[in-house]
Amino acid sequence: MAFTAPKETYSGRVYPVTIGTGEKAVTFGGENVLPFHSFEGETPNRPVIAIEIQDVPPADWPENVKKTYEPVSGDPVTWAKFCQDELKAKAIALRLVGTHPDRENRSPEEAVKTVKDVLAAVQVPVIILGSNHAEKDTSVLVAVAEAAKDRNCIIGKAQEANYKTIAAAAMANNHKLIAMSELDINLSKQLNILISQMGFDKEKVITDPMCSALGYGLEYTYSVMERIRLAALTQNDVTMQQPLLGDVGMYVWKVKETSASEADLPQWGAAEERGIAWEAETAGALLIAGAELLIMRHPKAIAAVETLIDELV
Amino acid sequence: MALSGVEIFKLLPKTNCKKCGAPTCLAFAMKLAQRQASIDSCPDVSEEAKQKLGEASAPPIRPITLGAGDKAVKMGEETVLFRHDKKFVNPCAFAVEVKDTLSEDEIAKLCQQVIESEIDRVGQKLRVDAIMISNVSGDAGKLEAAAKVVAAKAAVVPVIISTTNPQAAEAAVKLFSDKKPIIYGANASNVEAMAAVAKANKATLGIAANGLDELSDLTEKVKGLGVEDMVIDSGARRAKDIIAHNTLIRRAAIKKGVKSVGYPVINFMQHGDSLVEGLLASVGIAKYASIIVVSSIEKWKNLALFTLRQNIYTDPQVPMQVEQKIYNIGEPTPESPLFITTNFSLTYFIVSGEIENSKVASRLAVMDCEGLSVLTAWAAGKFTASKIAQFIQDSGVEKDVANKELILPGYVAILSGAVEEKLPGWKITVGPREANAIPTFLKTR
Ligand code: B12
Ligand code: SF4
Repeated sequence: MAFTAPKETYSGRVYPVTIGTGEKAVTFGGENVLPFHSFEGETPNRPVIAIEIQDVPPADWPENVKKTYEPVSGDPVTWAKFCQDELKAKAIALRLVGTHPDRENRSPEEAVKTVKDVLAAVQVPVIILGSNHAEKDTSVLVAVAEAAKDRNCIIGKAQEANYKTIAAAAMANNHKLIAMSELDINLSKQLNILISQMGFDKEKVITDPMCSALGYGLEYTYSVMERIRLAALTQNDVTMQQPLLGDVGMYVWKVKETSASEADLPQWGAAEERGIAWEAETAGALLIAGAELLIMRHPKAIAAVETLIDELV
Repeated sequence: MALSGVEIFKLLPKTNCKKCGAPTCLAFAMKLAQRQASIDSCPDVSEEAKQKLGEASAPPIRPITLGAGDKAVKMGEETVLFRHDKKFVNPCAFAVEVKDTLSEDEIAKLCQQVIESEIDRVGQKLRVDAIMISNVSGDAGKLEAAAKVVAAKAAVVPVIISTTNPQAAEAAVKLFSDKKPIIYGANASNVEAMAAVAKANKATLGIAANGLDELSDLTEKVKGLGVEDMVIDSGARRAKDIIAHNTLIRRAAIKKGVKSVGYPVINFMQHGDSLVEGLLASVGIAKYASIIVVSSIEKWKNLALFTLRQNIYTDPQVPMQVEQKIYNIGEPTPESPLFITTNFSLTYFIVSGEIENSKVASRLAVMDCEGLSVLTAWAAGKFTASKIAQFIQDSGVEKDVANKELILPGYVAILSGAVEEKLPGWKITVGPREANAIPTFLKTR
């Protein structure tokens, strides 16, 4: 008996988003099917992985990922160039964690200098992230959005508490914007609506439904992403058609599985491989759920996920 | 496909004799349609009707058991495409390939690794579930020899025998009689002989097809030959094709009721790079594989794969939770510290694990917060000062402790004043935020 393939046609499409300028610009999103379902529709662009760097040395990262950047991570410019030139990063995510009031509490002016220096040193697209302190981020991100004017960056993250200022700054300086809500499809939809009501082009938004690490709530992020994609494609919901971000590295490299030594937990096996696998598996699961943009840390995890993407497209 | 009440009614005797307990045949049919009754309650129904009903009510993906005893693995019986709709039912099995070209020592070593792969995570025992002995040598004698080593060294582990040679399959499968092994390798050119071996040895037959059309042909043929238990491989090997085929198979079985693909899927993810192999396996875990064959089982990779499988297969409606009570860690005395946390399984296992690490005997009061983590429960109003006070009072722990001190999770430090007010005579201490700081916290007290 011949098998009749039950293919689906979808009414919606994910917006394609281009970041960066010139030859190194990259585009993600644009598909009109569920992730990697090229057998029933179009998947024009591959997901993009951005490598994460910080404005301050990564003293808070576990040894197994920190050591891969040891010679370069003292200075964000050297670090960024290393990612672009040696690791062949397609994009760089610069997290201004040093601006957090509980950390180095760097000023917006210091952040501006870092951003300008990094942008001057690399040609690949740059994602500029605040420290996730809702209040401080408004002043920092407004200043850096202007400093990065016309480089077509992504600015983030706009949250319910601070989206107005951050979205306005992104809009005035021609950037894309990350809209982050907390693991709830309705909150995510609502934030997208609020942002577009300000006159912000909805096709310039990237949705971050909030990441969680393998073993620490990954299933929530996974299912929220799947549900957002289904709403975008099957119900043609225009408020859910933004590409999805998985901010993987920061969530993964703080769980016990990525830092505990093999001596302490022999049943968990080799620590270095375990940490890399933890980041790679988290990223892999989110790709299958619908993420088009990933932010990751470990070069080996990134390389393995690129190989997976080669197999999937 | 499930039948409607009216369709079932047409198959019943229509005498309204009430022997089934229902007032009319139609009422009974409605109950059957909703799976609230069993056809056996009607003594007068015809055999033919019974068979039709049986076929129609069979789950869209046939339940299959691999192996026997404690370590047996259930597969199939899935009902949905997306985990947010309903809990995925039977977690996929991981099988490691043991090639018959390996030496006896190497095979024994792999067997040992499989047996030792079991770990405990969030209260569940997780392990590499099966061994696939593969006839890569093409020599029937070698397959049998390898199977003998596995039968001796890993007697309790479920087995898949991979060969396209019916004689080789026959010799190897005999070593696992009554253990429900899978013989993988029925293809277009050997299907009759393989089906005969599977039937004679009560084994499940693995279909090795070349594409979805051939797969559907082969399962029909095998069923016609009297073998009902099958696992299916469409031949997809690239991750892209695996997603496509697994999705089409699951959709056809569940949404269209296509019986010829209503079987558990076996996927082969072997890759030279172990990290990449683990990533390919993640595709199978998320997208509908029932058996995933890998080539190596390092502990670090197992832990990641077990955890992903556990995440994907948890119930989306009900978080994993533990019982509300005061747990003793070690053998606490009246002087031992008393901690409080919520009953989300993950929270409980992390916190109790860290207290154990500290080697300080303690009490851990676990409060029912509908399975939410500390901060989520707090944000949802389930882990509040008054509820904590009420719980501590009702628990009766007061009579077991000498100095009435309660240690709160650091993330809810904000609650300490209010809890102290509501629990007169108690001292409230704020613990560290992250559980992994508990050992140091206890040492420096
Ligand atoms: C997964 C998740 C959910 C899941 C629920 C999962 C669950 N079973 O609890 C869902 C999606 C349902 C959810 C819902 C909500 N969530 Co929520 N959620 C999370 C998330 C991502 C992870 C939580 C988790 O599983 N943590 C892991 C467990 C193990 O952590 P834990 O219980 O806190 O335990 C740790 C420590 O507290 C410590 N510890 C625990 N016990 C003890 C005891 C002692 C004595 C000591 C010393 C230490 C200690 O040890 C553990 C490890 O270090 C967090 C954000 C994040 N990434 O952390 C937000 C988070 C907890 N959620 C939040 C919110 C606001 C909500 C909602 C109210 C919002 C909404 N989206 O509607 C709802 C409320 C739910 C409801 N029923 O009404 C906020 C809470 C903010 C705040 N500070 O108040 C958070 C922090 C997100 C954020 N950044 O805003 N959430
Ligand atoms: S026992 Fe059978 S025949 Fe009698 S009422 Fe019930 S369904 Fe009808």
